[in-house]
Amino acid sequence: MSRQPLPEGYRPPRHGRTALVLAGVVAGMIGLTYASVPLYYLFCAVTGLGGTTQRATDDEARVAAAAVSDREFTVRFDAQTASTLPWTFKPEQRQVTVKAGEQKLVFFKAANDAKTPVTGRATFNVTPLKSGQYFVKIACFCFDEQTLQPGQSVDMPVLFYVDPAISDDRNLDEVKTITLSYTFYRDRDDTADAAAHASRATTTN
Amino acid sequence: MASTAVAHGHDDHHTPTGLRRWLFSTNHKDIGTLYLIFAVVAGLIGGAMSMLMRLELQETGTQFITNHHVFNVLVTGHGLIMVFFVIMPAVIGGFGNWFVPLMIGAPDMAFPRMNNISFWLMVPSFSLLLISVFVPGIGSDTGVGTGWTIYTPLSSSVPGVVTHDGPAVDLAILSLHLSGASSILGAINFITTIFNMRAPGMTLHRMPLFAWSILVTAFLLLLSLPVLAGAITMLLTDRNFGTAFFDPAGGGDPILFQHLFWFFGHPEVYIMILPGFGIISHIISTFSRKPVFGYLGMAYAMVAIGVVGFIVWAHHMYTTGLAVDTRAYFTAATMVIAVPTGIKIFSWIATMWGGSIRFTTPMIWAIGFIFLFTVGGVTGVVLANAGIDTALHNTYYVVAHFHYVLSLGAVFSIFAGFYYWFPKMSGRMYSEVLGKIHFWTMFVGVNLLFFPMHFLGLAGMPRRVPDYPDAMADWNRIASFGAYIAGASTIFFLFVVLHAFLAGKRAAANPWGEGADTLEWTLPSPPPFHQFNDLPVIKPTAHH
Repeated sequence: MSRQPLPEGYRPPRHGRTALVLAGVVAGMIGLTYASVPLYYLFCAVTGLGGTTQRATDDEARVAAAAVSDREFTVRFDAQTASTLPWTFKPEQRQVTVKAGEQKLVFFKAANDAKTPVTGRATFNVTPLKSGQYFVKIACFCFDEQTLQPGQSVDMPVLFYVDPAISDDRNLDEVKTITLSYTFYRDRDDTADAAAHASRATTTN
Repeated sequence: MASTAVAHGHDDHHTPTGLRRWLFSTNHKDIGTLYLIFAVVAGLIGGAMSMLMRLELQETGTQFITNHHVFNVLVTGHGLIMVFFVIMPAVIGGFGNWFVPLMIGAPDMAFPRMNNISFWLMVPSFSLLLISVFVPGIGSDTGVGTGWTIYTPLSSSVPGVVTHDGPAVDLAILSLHLSGASSILGAINFITTIFNMRAPGMTLHRMPLFAWSILVTAFLLLLSLPVLAGAITMLLTDRNFGTAFFDPAGGGDPILFQHLFWFFGHPEVYIMILPGFGIISHIISTFSRKPVFGYLGMAYAMVAIGVVGFIVWAHHMYTTGLAVDTRAYFTAATMVIAVPTGIKIFSWIATMWGGSIRFTTPMIWAIGFIFLFTVGGVTGVVLANAGIDTALHNTYYVVAHFHYVLSLGAVFSIFAGFYYWFPKMSGRMYSEVLGKIHFWTMFVGVNLLFFPMHFLGLAGMPRRVPDYPDAMADWNRIASFGAYIAGASTIFFLFVVLHAFLAGKRAAANPWGEGADTLEWTLPSPPPFHQFNDLPVIKPTAHH
């Protein structure tokens, strides 16, 4: 433990620079966390993660339709509403049978049972979850929020097909039934507006 | 440099006392002591919560927790306290602060004042968490009942739905923000210290394994904690400011929260255990009187565990509907971790092999650690299988698994390190007899407590539920009795420490003999307030 002469040209380490780089790493990770939100939805859309369905253009649908195979699927329909949404929401057919590649048009019926306009927003997926990659919608009501006037009832169309490429994926060989499920929530802003309206109403009374 | 050395010579005898010493401390040893005291106090609170849970679970039906939200609050508090306010402050803030500078031959940490901030952020952080117990959580029920994972939508605030609409979750989120900031500052401090302040001649490949373990841990903290911070900030804005990151009613996805949480949460479990790995390596080597077997393999095994720890997070989410290929990947990646972990276990055993072993108190804690951590590791490999986990997810089997690696792994490494370094830190020897009584009561208690949980989990008992069918009564009663033994053993530990301070013999600079070859043993016990004003020089052969 004798004192060592410092070597020629020795420069003490610059702690500040090290710390700055490390702080940059922290800032970068926080940025990545927020960037992960859009990336997550992109990842779901591309891979069909969690039963996320695919969208197709008319051209893609025509290509698929040209490759219709004999493999048949039973497609079932499921409709749910969150407890805060005063709607009646049902599929108009319980199930349909389609060949892979064949386009099918089905309807869901939604009715607003409340005395005020209500905005709903749907989430949807298919089960088995792994079939999401091959379940393709051409036109659909579900990509935006829907506002229904008091007592209003609408038929919501879904035009879809099962991608014939499903037969090339051996992980889906046993799939004969696919369930398309929608859940309607009361839109968040709508809930807030309703709550604000209600509290205004109570204060004025 | 020369001028600073002179200035230090002038300041050598200036040691602040009283409030100034502890409140304004910039001394790594004093801050380490503060962290250890903090961890013991928090540990007693978190441990008391687990005793209340075991009292409730001792018999079927409701014993005394009539409002079951209270049980959830206890589960949440126990988890958060043990993770963020006991294990992390003890191993990183406590032992890390005390011994990283000593082991690498540095006079102090790189940023002593930032070190002070790191510690004092923990106190308001812990206070916020404790306050959250007394403010509304769900409706008029007080406290956070979400579990330490704070999953949405239970932790969200959705009007008209049973969620945590009260401010308790907001307080818990702010508590985690503060403790996260504390840990990130600490991590920056450790990395800067280890990279820039090693004594001449101490290359990274000659650095003691405990310093290696803290270095890897600090990088894990740096990369994972910002993700938790981001996720809980999103949750906070979802709850209060109208965003909808995790709310499907606004186009969000609650599963996204789980991905973000576990991207932090899985590295977090390695953050808790890696410093323990470092501690155990030193103890096994010291009391086998042999250098640790496969030094480089041991160091890089920790690096490998840290790296792979970032790409296995979805094994906590097998039941959320991952595709079969995704589950296959996460199963395989998770099992890969058993390889570097196995390297460590076998290297410890190889270190003992042919060694001149002394069964001192720290050594039996370390051997107990190896045994119990291996049990937890094996159940971890079982749970890594997506197929098996579908049945065992959220059962007591999982509770048994992570308590074997954390409550018995990390906590045993803390006690091992405590007994190993207590003479160095305090200048007093503890009583070997009392230390061994502490070990054996704890060993029997925690095994009685946690081993039956494997059976309960296989029988399907879900976690976080305060009641169970009559068929599970016997094992639950045994587990509760084990908990009381472990609890009594913890109280006994306080007595061991008190006894050491009052009646302990003076400790020599190196009470452990030639096996203890790291730099802290070259200093007197306790070390002087400022050390290494003349930097020690590490010779190439001194690598241990």
